Amino acid sequence: MITSFLVKSLDRTIVIAVAILLALAALVPALNLLTAPDHPLHVPTYLVSLFGKYLTYALLALALDLVWGFCGILSLGHAAFFALGGYAMGMYLMRQIGARGSYGNPLLPDFMVFLNWKELPWFWHGFDMFWFAALMVVVVPGLIAFVFGWFAFRSRVNGVYLSIITQAMTYALLLAFFRNDMGFGGNNGLTDFKDILGFNIQADGTRASLFAASALALALSLVVTSGIVRSKFGKVLVALRDAESRTRFLGYRVEHMKLFAFTVSAMMAGVAGALYVPQVGIINPGEFEPGNSIEVVIWTAVGGRGTLIGPIIGAILVNGGKSIFTAAFPEFWLFALGGLFVLVTLFLPKGVVGTAQHYLARRRAYRAASRLENETGLAEPMAAE
Amino acid sequence: MTEKKPKSLLYLDGVSVSFDGFKALNSLSFIVEPGELRAIIGPNGAGKTTMMDIITGKTRPDEGEVFFKGDIDLTRKDEAEIAQLGIGRKFQKPTVFENHTVWDNLELALNRSRGVFATLFYRLTGEDKARIEEILATVRLTARCDDLAANLSHGQKQWLEIGMLLAQEPELLLVDEPVAGMTDAETAETAVLLKEIARTRSVVVVEHDMGFIRDLGVKVTCLAEGSVLAEGSIDFVSNDPKVIENYLGR
Repeated sequence: MITSFLVKSLDRTIVIAVAILLALAALVPALNLLTAPDHPLHVPTYLVSLFGKYLTYALLALALDLVWGFCGILSLGHAAFFALGGYAMGMYLMRQIGARGSYGNPLLPDFMVFLNWKELPWFWHGFDMFWFAALMVVVVPGLIAFVFGWFAFRSRVNGVYLSIITQAMTYALLLAFFRNDMGFGGNNGLTDFKDILGFNIQADGTRASLFAASALALALSLVVTSGIVRSKFGKVLVALRDAESRTRFLGYRVEHMKLFAFTVSAMMAGVAGALYVPQVGIINPGEFEPGNSIEVVIWTAVGGRGTLIGPIIGAILVNGGKSIFTAAFPEFWLFALGGLFVLVTLFLPKGVVGTAQHYLARRRAYRAASRLENETGLAEPMAAE
Repeated sequence: MTEKKPKSLLYLDGVSVSFDGFKALNSLSFIVEPGELRAIIGPNGAGKTTMMDIITGKTRPDEGEVFFKGDIDLTRKDEAEIAQLGIGRKFQKPTVFENHTVWDNLELALNRSRGVFATLFYRLTGEDKARIEEILATVRLTARCDDLAANLSHGQKQWLEIGMLLAQEPELLLVDEPVAGMTDAETAETAVLLKEIARTRSVVVVEHDMGFIRDLGVKVTCLAEGSVLAEGSIDFVSNDPKVIENYLGR
C-alpha cells in the first residue's frame, strides 16, 4: 500500500528534483568541511547557513502549495505554523543552555529568571528531550491547523473570507507571543542557543549538518506531497478546488479532505520552522507577522502554484533576490517585492515553472501534430497546390 | 398519502421553503416510484431547482417531510451523505472537473469508499477499470478518455456528467435541463440515453424542451409557484387549462 503510494509519486521532474536535493545534501557540507578556505570550490559557512535557510523557506512554500495550489485554500497564515514549529525547536534549544545562561539557573531560561519566575511553566516540561521537541514540532502546528480547519471548513468558509481569518489567526498568535506572561520570552523571543543534540550550534560541522537535514527534509516532503497530489485523494483535492459542490454531490466529504490537506501542510510548515531556527539562531514573535505569510504566497506564486517544484524555485529565487537587493538598496525591497507580485500576476499567472511547463507542453503538442500531418496529410497540401 | 410512503422511492409531503419572504416552494407534495422516469416542467421560478436542492440536501425545508426509500429522512442529512445513499444530481450548467481527464472524472465519480485514507491509497482495480470503460462506451466518450474535460464540447460535457452520475450508481437520478444548448441530434440521443438509464433506476428530469419530453413519453408533473399544478401524461398536462395559462401560453 505504502510502496505503491510512493512509486506513484515519482514522476520524472520529482525524481530529478529529489536527486538534486540529495546531491546538495552531500556535496555542500563536503565542500564546506573538506576543502581549505582558499580552495576555489570552498563553500563558506555563512553561505551554507544562508542556503540552509532558503531550503526551509522552500519547504514552507511547498507546504503552502499543497493547500493553495491543489486545494484552492489561499492560506495567509502559513508563517504561523512555521513559527510554531520554530518555537518548539527554540524551547528545546533553550533547555539545552542549562546553567550556561547569564543567570546561571540550571532549570529556568534567562528570561524566566528575569521575570522572577520560580518554576518552569507546565508547557516547558519535556522540551529538554529532543524526541519530545521533535514531536511537538509537528503536533502543535498540526493540532492548531486541525482545530482551526475543523471550524472553518465545517462552516464552509471559503475564498477571501478564509484568507482573512487565516491572517487574523497569525495576527492573534503574534499578539499572544508578544506577551511576557505567555512564557515564550515576549518580544525578545528565544535566542542565545548553545547546543543541538550535544553539538555546538555555531560549529561548521553542525551548520553543515543542519543544511543537509534541511535538504533531506525538503526532499522527503517533496516525495510525500507528490504522492498525495498524484493519488486519487489528490485528484479529489483538485476537483473540489475547481467545483466544490459537484464534489459534494459525488459523495465526498469536502471538509474532511480539506482538513487533512491543511493539517499535513501545517505539519510540514512546522518542520520547516524547526530547521530554520537553529540556522538563524533566534525565534521571536516577528515570525508571526502577517506580512511573512503573504511573502510565502508571493514565493509560491512566482515559482508557479500547483507545480510542487515551482514554489521551491520561487522561494529560493525571491529570497536570493532579497538578500542581494536588501544589501544594495535596503529601503526599496518591499516595493520590489510588491512590484514582483504585480508583474507575476499580470504576465506569468502560472509562475516561472507553470509557464515553462505550458510552453513545453505546447511545443510537444505542436510537434506531435506536425508529425501526424507529415505522415497522413503529406499528399493533400500538394494536391491542393 | 401516508400509506404510499413505504413503497415509494422518494416522498415529499407539504414541503415549503422561502428565501427572504419569497416562497420558493409552497406545500409541495411529490412521489417517485422505484424505476420510474418522471419529467418536471414549469415556468421560471416555479421551484424546480429548489426542489432538487431540498432533495440533495443543499437547502433545508422550512417545513414538510422528505423521505427516501421509505424511512430515510433526507432533511437531516448533508450533500455528501445523501449522495452516498444513492441520489445523484446533474446540474443545469454542465459541471465536470475541467482540469481532469475524462477518465479521471469517471474514476472520481465511481461508487467506491470516499474517505481520506481510502482515496489516498486507492489503486485502480480491474473491476473498476472495466466499469469505467463500460460507462465510457455508454456515454460515447471512449475515444476521448485521455482528453481534459475542459476540451470537450458542450454536449459531450453533459454526457460526461451523466456518465459520472452512472458511475455513482444512484438509485435516484435528478437531472436538471440535460438538453439545454444541445443540437437536435444530441437532444434525441440524450433522450435515448436517459431512457436506457431509467431501465435500472428512477430518474427525475427537469426540462423546458417540450419536444424532448414528448420523446421521453413519460408521466409529467407541472410545477408553478412552488406547488404541483397538474400531473399526468404529456397530452393530459398540456391540455390542462391551468398549465396553458401558467406555462405554455395560449
